[in-house]
Amino acid sequence: MADNVAGSPLLEVDDLRTTFTIPAGDVKAVRGVSFSLEQGRTLGIVGESGSGKTVLARSIMRLNLGSNVTTTGTAAFNGSDVLTRSPGEMRELWGTEMAMVFQDPMTSLNPLVRVQRQVTEHLCRHLNLNRAEARQAAVDLLREVRIPDPETRLRSFPHELSGGMRQRVCIAVALACEPSLLFADEPTTALDVTVQHQILNLLSREQTDREMAMVLVTHDLGVVAGRTDDTMVMYAGTVVEHAPTASLFADMRHPYSEALMRSIPRTSLPSHTRLAAITGRPPDLIDPPSGCAFSPRCPYVQDQCVNEEPPLVETDDPAHRLACWTPVGSPEARAAFEKNLAAGLQQAVAVDISAAPSSTGGVDG
Amino acid sequence: MGSFIATRLVRLVATLLAVSFLTFLLVNLLPGDAINALIPIEAQQDQEYVAQVRAEWGLDDPMLVRYGKWLGDAVRGDLGDSIVTSRAVSSEIAHRIPVTGELMIVTVIFSVLLAVPLGVMSAYREGSRLDQFISGGAQFALSVPGFVAGLLFIYVFAMKLGWFPATGWTRISNSISGNLMTVTLPALSLSVIEVAVYTRVVRSDLVTTLKEDYILSARSKGLRDGFILFRHALRPSSLTLITVVGLNIGLLLGGTVVVEFLFALPGLGKRLLDAIFQRDFMMVQGITVFVAMVYVVVNTLVDLVYLVVDPRIRKAD
Repeated sequence: MADNVAGSPLLEVDDLRTTFTIPAGDVKAVRGVSFSLEQGRTLGIVGESGSGKTVLARSIMRLNLGSNVTTTGTAAFNGSDVLTRSPGEMRELWGTEMAMVFQDPMTSLNPLVRVQRQVTEHLCRHLNLNRAEARQAAVDLLREVRIPDPETRLRSFPHELSGGMRQRVCIAVALACEPSLLFADEPTTALDVTVQHQILNLLSREQTDREMAMVLVTHDLGVVAGRTDDTMVMYAGTVVEHAPTASLFADMRHPYSEALMRSIPRTSLPSHTRLAAITGRPPDLIDPPSGCAFSPRCPYVQDQCVNEEPPLVETDDPAHRLACWTPVGSPEARAAFEKNLAAGLQQAVAVDISAAPSSTGGVDG
Repeated sequence: MGSFIATRLVRLVATLLAVSFLTFLLVNLLPGDAINALIPIEAQQDQEYVAQVRAEWGLDDPMLVRYGKWLGDAVRGDLGDSIVTSRAVSSEIAHRIPVTGELMIVTVIFSVLLAVPLGVMSAYREGSRLDQFISGGAQFALSVPGFVAGLLFIYVFAMKLGWFPATGWTRISNSISGNLMTVTLPALSLSVIEVAVYTRVVRSDLVTTLKEDYILSARSKGLRDGFILFRHALRPSSLTLITVVGLNIGLLLGGTVVVEFLFALPGLGKRLLDAIFQRDFMMVQGITVFVAMVYVVVNTLVDLVYLVVDPRIRKAD
């Protein structure tokens, strides 16, 4: 779709910051994020609720509404910054170049508009199709996203479709004008587990077939594993670890990534094993903690973590970027953990219990 | 769908029975004897004549018996005769309803045509100067009764500018343009409060709708703001408006009484007012039941409009 300038990435984000001004103060939802994404590649953004992943995606798409939002930095799409574009210029990108699949298909389709119009209205606007052509395009799209009997479904209202069907319609809407960049913002969070897998596979297949770039936002590490080329772990509005997905899972370096990984329930563990939840709460984004934002919850915390904010730097593998003073597995981390455990620090004790369930009890009630 | 309409019909009949009975009761509880309207005071010396007239009009029967008789006639379309003019109540209504009906319809059209764009602009620029101006204006207009607006309009548009006649009515069958000239000022006077109410309703519903995910989703498709406002947001925001318009039609009937009086229009409201002063209980009864019927029918139609506007209700029923 896009005529990519050779060598320059499709999307290049530099020091993006988004702040919401509310009566209680400035909520710094995204605090300096930089990354780039090549044509046809996929990027997973992982983090818990409130880590800024959705705001980041919406900032790049310029979909954060309201007069209380400030976004600074640059987000160059095909070499030109989208953050300085006028609303009219954005409309030319929306739908045709960038599209988004939203989290909840129950609310992201207009309940009073038939599927056909929702799938084709932007086609008609962007590609100047007439009614018959638009209808045919809609049938093709619904068939492509594996909706049975598309001719009938076009006449349906959203409430007549199941959740999975609706998300398929949303994907069809997003794909209609063949965007070169697709944001999928927690596309399976609101769906049944059985449907999640199908929707993710559908997205992966479309991404590959169309050679489009995709940003997959999720709170579930399991979703990005094996589906994205790169993975970016976000915490408190910053990127804490960014690596090719395979090497991230092989060699998880940030304590937060490790904690996210550890918190996935596993069927291989004995029953009644305590779920390894991450202790503490996500930080206050109006007044973020000094130093590393994860330090109040980190089992490897040491003095430097509280005083100095770690920069996102390349590790020995240049593709693997990390923002941590005590990376998991390093001698410093081991020493800090022993010290914190001896001091009875809550997050260290919690890790110790879940790491060795059988020796510490809590098994077989 | 069929059962929906059947339920509404049963409800309509029950409402009409209750309204007619209550009106009958109230008219009977009014101080003053209907005989005073039938026979001049000086003629009431003749006891025999008075007794004869009372028997003729059934004034000595128990109230329930009189109601039963009236109801029996009413279901056959006979609402009785006016005590004062002796003309059939139904033909008086038929003669007057075009005036009041037109006044109300034009008022509703004016109000909706003005209120929807105002409400949409206000919601679209929520919190802006324009929004504050429109919301403030609506707040002010809410406190202006129809007759005050009417007096003001008569002064400005009829007396100073001379664009419209101050009073009177031209029937539509005589002259369409003349008819429009005479309906404009009364309808505008009635519209002032209506516009204020509808604008606020549209604004507040639309402000909520514009925060919905599907509006964000529509934006992300690159649709124009105007298209999003009118083709995506307005319909889900119009259910309250439809309800309020339906309910306000009842209030409007009350409003027409004053405005018809002010502009000297030969409408139903003016006739009702005259009938009350003349103790013309048959007339009061007839007009009230007719108005109640219109009200209930309109609100039943409003319920049917929901079915058209919101497909989810169609499904649920």
